[in-house]
Amino acid sequence: MGILEVQNVNKRFGGLQALNNVNLDVEKGSVHAIIGPNGAGKSTFLNCLIGKLKPDTGSVNFEGNSVLGKAPHEINQLGISRVFQTPEIFAELNVLENVMIPCFAHRDGAFKVNAFARVLKEKGIREQAEDVLEDMGMKDKRNLQASSLSRGDKRRLEMAMCLVQKPKLMLLDEPTAGMSRADTNNTIELLKHIGETRGITKVIIEHDMHVVFSLATTISVLAQGAIIAEGLPEDIKGHPKVREAYLGEVEV
Amino acid sequence: MDAILLQVLNGIDKGSAYALIALGLTLIFGTLGVVNFAHGALFMLGAFVAVTVGKILDISKITIDPERLDFLGNPAKIRTPYVTEWFGDFGYWLIEWSVLVSVVVAIPVMVLIGIIMERGLIKHFYNRPHADQILVTFGLAIVLQNIIKAVYGANPIPQSAPDLLQGSVDFGVLVGMTKDTVIYPLWRLVYFIFSMVLIGGVFAFLRFTTFGMVVRAGMADRETVGLLGINIDRRFTIMFGVAAAVAGLAGVMYTPISPPNYPMGMDFLVLSFVVVVVGGMGSLPGAVLAGFLLGIIESFASMPLIKDAIAAIGLPAIDQIIIYLIAVIVLLVRPRGLMGKTGIMEE
Amino acid sequence: MTLMRDRTLLIIFTLFVLAAPLIFAPTGAAYPDLLQRFAIYGIFAIGFNILFGLTGYLSFGHAAFLGVGSYAAVWMFKLLSMNILPALLLSVLIAGLFSLVVGYISLRRSGIYFSILTLALAQMSYVLAYSVLTPLTNGETGLQLRLDDPRILDAAGPEGFLPSTNLFGLEMREVFWSPTVFGYDLQFNWGYYVSAVMLILSFWISIRIFRSPFGLMLRAIKTNQTRLKYTGVSTRPYTLAAFVISGMFAGLAGGLLASMDPLAGAERMQWTVGGEVVLMVVLGGMGTLIGPVLGAVFIKYFENIFSKINDSVLQGWFAFMPGWLDNFFVTIVSPFVGKGWGLTLGALFMIVVIFLPGGLVDGAKRIGRKITGADRRAAKVESK
Repeated sequence: MGILEVQNVNKRFGGLQALNNVNLDVEKGSVHAIIGPNGAGKSTFLNCLIGKLKPDTGSVNFEGNSVLGKAPHEINQLGISRVFQTPEIFAELNVLENVMIPCFAHRDGAFKVNAFARVLKEKGIREQAEDVLEDMGMKDKRNLQASSLSRGDKRRLEMAMCLVQKPKLMLLDEPTAGMSRADTNNTIELLKHIGETRGITKVIIEHDMHVVFSLATTISVLAQGAIIAEGLPEDIKGHPKVREAYLGEVEV
Repeated sequence: MDAILLQVLNGIDKGSAYALIALGLTLIFGTLGVVNFAHGALFMLGAFVAVTVGKILDISKITIDPERLDFLGNPAKIRTPYVTEWFGDFGYWLIEWSVLVSVVVAIPVMVLIGIIMERGLIKHFYNRPHADQILVTFGLAIVLQNIIKAVYGANPIPQSAPDLLQGSVDFGVLVGMTKDTVIYPLWRLVYFIFSMVLIGGVFAFLRFTTFGMVVRAGMADRETVGLLGINIDRRFTIMFGVAAAVAGLAGVMYTPISPPNYPMGMDFLVLSFVVVVVGGMGSLPGAVLAGFLLGIIESFASMPLIKDAIAAIGLPAIDQIIIYLIAVIVLLVRPRGLMGKTGIMEE
Repeated sequence: MTLMRDRTLLIIFTLFVLAAPLIFAPTGAAYPDLLQRFAIYGIFAIGFNILFGLTGYLSFGHAAFLGVGSYAAVWMFKLLSMNILPALLLSVLIAGLFSLVVGYISLRRSGIYFSILTLALAQMSYVLAYSVLTPLTNGETGLQLRLDDPRILDAAGPEGFLPSTNLFGLEMREVFWSPTVFGYDLQFNWGYYVSAVMLILSFWISIRIFRSPFGLMLRAIKTNQTRLKYTGVSTRPYTLAAFVISGMFAGLAGGLLASMDPLAGAERMQWTVGGEVVLMVVLGGMGTLIGPVLGAVFIKYFENIFSKINDSVLQGWFAFMPGWLDNFFVTIVSPFVGKGWGLTLGALFMIVVIFLPGGLVDGAKRIGRKITGADRRAAKVESK
């Protein structure tokens, strides 16, 4: 039994069957990539996982609990962290504060009026945040304003914000979209490093094959709203259906 | 039946003003994405264009007539407005129809004010947060109000409608009811017709001219229109001028209904925001519809019959807050308003 | 480091506030009535800054809470006692409850919709105070003390006199010490010192909130609410808490206004009063600790000074010039002073929003940086 189980999920938008009976089992500890050509339903699928959309039928269970209809913060509190396509950070705050906020959210829950506590006296929180920043190689940048960071560092910061919560599952939505080759490679290295040191289960939505084959332990291929193939990377590479779906788009 | 008709009529003159101001607000919001807190001040400026025109037309030569004595026994001073001296009967006609003259004067003046405002101030705020836009236009509204206060004083300055359009009309007879049941001030009817023409004009301008078509395309997708090599910014600036003129004309024509004073704009501003919200942010027909609708609802809520009915079921009198109440309910239940699109400025 | 700095700031602030009757003496603003207004509007602005400065939610409705606070206080004076303590407690409580309701409704939307909702709700309360709620508010006349009010806790005073507001016997309007220092006649008054203590307390609370995890969450809401939601934080309770806290500060300010002068009118609830507190916070520097107080003092001070200047005062100023130039300057300046204070305020406000979005505090910092930056550069040149 997987950590994340998606069963018979269907979603229609008017005449368009965006998701057609999608089933998915994400094994604990795996890096599960979901690939597919544009318009295959990847975003719709992700939005169903994070509670932004409600499927017409089917179920999405995380560790046996349904996530359907839950608010984003509730889903996060279950242990699912999300990395956005363009890094979403607290641009006006400094790097350390950016990492301390998720740390507080992890410790204190969705809401707590600790208006008379002092951020500076929260030694434990601070240490956790600094440890993660150290791990991401950003400790020396902790007092910079987040908006002043380079794009690559913003991505690192966002990863740090996820990792500090010790999530059970990370959802990554095209983490290298729009990046240069060098930045993409850096991100791959970063994710590999996270995988080696923490072994967090990851679901990656991606259409850059280079990224997918560098990281994934399992791949599901989505085309026209349905899963057409699933398996180990080497199986997927040679899969005829996949080649057909991509019409030579992939170079393998 | 006649009572209902009377309330509808009582509602439409205020409704017309709401609709005109809200139309301008929506135009500015739709084209430039700016929430203009100074729009009420534009309405007020329009009213004071009328006051100014009235004063200018009234500048008089004072002659002393030794033949006639005033009540103190001194020789009487006779005021002869220069326009009458220069133009004779036409001059009298001008004074009599000064509201009409004001309308003619107000169009270029208000367009110019609008364009100066956009180029001089608002332009610099496109990339700033909405809160900054609100704050700077709010500051501008205070400045404009106080300039008017410094020049014209704090007291309302009554303006009169032309003699021909004063008095009342028996509206009931016009629609085939018994005589004397629905008496309605003639000027308010004129105001309603004027605003319908103005609204129709703006819509026709947007729909049937190439300029309007480009503006509408720009409202829908500014970037694409810009990529087509069209200077959309200049057109939007002109639309700001048009919106200012619409608010100004609403103000000019409102002067005989209620004597203008400097805070009048703020009162209308708050209500116009409510109208825009109820109509749906960014929807021009919504703004017009909601303007009339809220004007009429307000009028009905102040009807003795309805007041009694509300009191009878134990609720407090709500006639004065009904508009706000509706706005709050609409915002909570249907945030996109009557005709707005979803998602505009929600997050 | 920051802890130390905050403590120093609080100490300096406290000394300034306590010494205000002395400090303001040379400016001609050191009379109790005006000093009280500085302190009270300072409290109002500090509270508003917790909402607007930290979360970025722009409310135009906070005048309603100020007004409600005043009404609540006057009712306590009428029914219970002229002691201001229960009155202030009720002011804060009622304003808190009222802001809970208003906040619950208006925080269902954000951005411009939130602003318009608060505007509509405030205007609604204002109209209600004028009309339907007349039994509670005494309509246009305003709520006032009367000789036949019960005041069940107070002993009967002298016949035919309205009792005055006090704190356990210390009368708010009493000047308890009036020394002459450096030729200035100073007035130390209980009313001011009560307001001053409240101001210092408010300032301290505001520092604590700014430096707390709660305050950090509020700032996170301002910069990226979506991210915060996906970080596991339920944002609405946070904004609501900030809204209620700021409403309670407004209620305290309203209660203090009524304590200094025991009457309450609906005009205090008009949305333009709410606009004024926005001006104070923006002018001083939104999101800064000291900015709101600076803004409040600045506006109330110049309001007072400017409204007193009339044409004959101006003639005096420009008397050294030749007659025509003198008249010219008087004509130019006079619309901005006296009754024209509103014009100055509006213009100033625009200038700040356009050129100095960080307000006076940011302006001071920039000047400071320029000076120190220049010094450093000079030092570099020398060392070479």
